[in-house]
Amino acid sequence: MQVTSSVRQPLVTGGKTYHDVTHDVSRQVEGKPTKLWFMAFLTAVGVLALGSTALLATLWEGIGMWGLNKTVGWAWDITNFVWWVGIGHAGTLISAVLLLFRQKWRTSINRAAEAMTIFAVICAAMFPVIHMGRPWLGAYWALPLPNTYGSLWVNFNSPLLWDVFAISTYFSVSLVFWYIGLIPDFATIRDRATGLRKIIYGALSFGWDGAAKTWMRYESVSLILAGLATPLVLSVHTIVSFDFATSVIPGWHTTIFPPYFVAGAIFSGFAMVLTLMIITRKVFKLEDYITLGHIELMNIVIIITGSIVGIAYITEFFIAWYSGVEAEQYAFINRATGPYWWAYWSMMTCNVISPQLFWFKKIRTSIVATFILSLVVNIGMWFERFVIIVTSLHRDYLPSSWAMFYPSWADVGVYLFTFGLFFTLFFLFAKFFPVINMAEVKSVLKSSSEKAHK
Amino acid sequence: MERDTHFILGVYDDEDVLLHAVEKVRGSGVKIHEVYSPYPVHGLEHVLGYKRSKLPIAAFLFGMLGTSLALTMQFYMMKFDWPMIIGGKDHAAFPDFIPVSFEMTVLLAAFGMVGVFLITSNLKPWAQPRIFDLRSTDDKHILAIDLANNSSMKLEKIKEILTDSGATEVNKKSFD
Repeated sequence: MQVTSSVRQPLVTGGKTYHDVTHDVSRQVEGKPTKLWFMAFLTAVGVLALGSTALLATLWEGIGMWGLNKTVGWAWDITNFVWWVGIGHAGTLISAVLLLFRQKWRTSINRAAEAMTIFAVICAAMFPVIHMGRPWLGAYWALPLPNTYGSLWVNFNSPLLWDVFAISTYFSVSLVFWYIGLIPDFATIRDRATGLRKIIYGALSFGWDGAAKTWMRYESVSLILAGLATPLVLSVHTIVSFDFATSVIPGWHTTIFPPYFVAGAIFSGFAMVLTLMIITRKVFKLEDYITLGHIELMNIVIIITGSIVGIAYITEFFIAWYSGVEAEQYAFINRATGPYWWAYWSMMTCNVISPQLFWFKKIRTSIVATFILSLVVNIGMWFERFVIIVTSLHRDYLPSSWAMFYPSWADVGVYLFTFGLFFTLFFLFAKFFPVINMAEVKSVLKSSSEKAHK
Repeated sequence: MERDTHFILGVYDDEDVLLHAVEKVRGSGVKIHEVYSPYPVHGLEHVLGYKRSKLPIAAFLFGMLGTSLALTMQFYMMKFDWPMIIGGKDHAAFPDFIPVSFEMTVLLAAFGMVGVFLITSNLKPWAQPRIFDLRSTDDKHILAIDLANNSSMKLEKIKEILTDSGATEVNKKSFD
């Protein structure tokens, strides 16, 4: 079925037929879980259980359990929040923006990347909710429900409230987009199954029959959802950056934040997609679908966004000097040479210098190098948020209130909890859902070759 | 014509053969019930003569509804119901209302359109679809012809048209 072009690199290698695609992807849903999967899953659940002690302690005692103090009122919580939201940008970018740009290579990776997005956004949303201290009253502070805990209504002038709307819209639209794509593949699994599995996947597939009329509507829905999700994905991190940019804290009060945060989000998101995809393709033997070509293209996106982030760091410094505002200048000098110099230079090394290694073709087509650098990028992006948040706060306007931030065990534990949650959900997804969008891969199987168009 | 047979199915392996086959079958006067494919085949809706989907219009209307609801809500709460001075700004601080209005536009457009899609396509967890051939979600395109709509044609003639158009198999299918 697959015709190999002499001109273009095929998107799927190994001369797969349509039936091979179905078989290779459905196989891992239908088979018994492997030992490797069980080990990985139980490790994730273990981390989740370990972290939940810190989460329960925080809920029981209040956020006094964290290392926050009067000067540094925001630290790991919001760092982790922004970090996870950033990671959650790659999935929708791959499925929506690349769909609009007709980048067909997205078909092999969009399913898993979107799943990752959804799980990352769940982890992100945990932090503002826990930070409320009494999350069971959270609906009154976050949603427009009239109440007397504060003012009557929520404050629509506040970027924190914009964030509530942005994150919840992003989460629910991404979830819908992901699920619509899953429906035809659930039908494929349903039609191969018998017994209980047929009933479960039958319900999940919503009675999909693959009629031409339904496919026509499906394509229309996908295109419009992509059109809606594209500005949405850019708006989410823009609004997250408003949390800082609309304040008057030196180091936060910068107009460059929205584009700089969006680039950083794509940067870290692609790094996380690479980390997960390199493991997934190996464990589920999907090397013919997620090829070296895919890895190389994602690495190119990482060079571009990493360079944008690098330019943003330098621009911030330049503008701080050029503005002539002493407080602003001090904030930046303090970042690079103050007590948190090590965080600043970790960020610079991981985010600006290390991705430049991908200019070498040998490195960007090496799986081991890509895997290591994808971890380095995510460490760097965590430090970026830590640097922006903590170094801007710890030197207050009054030198008498200058302070340092030291994380408590609960800070570490809650962060661990989100890791456990993320990987537990991802491993469940990888086992029970088709990790590759079969229908979309089939639709590019033939057209990715030149000979098909006779 | 056999009484117990309701549908004649042409099975196709290749999307390009399928597109030409649909044109040929329709050209010879046979009415096609529907074509079932494992993936979206581009151009199939044209050769089948389907009208463009109206879902974009639904999305636009739901989006408009989202914008108006968001703006109404924010102006009502901040300007009329409980005005407060926040940062010395005007109660009706329109620029501050843009992010929430944008998000609600996207939210309602997406949910509204998907809702309409699920309803019009009869997609729901408890739906019991009529599956003509299990391979239609794997690797085969199934062209279904409802004999009730083609009573003027002989069964053998329809079979011949399907085979000539490149069908690898021609099957019968009945539902109780």
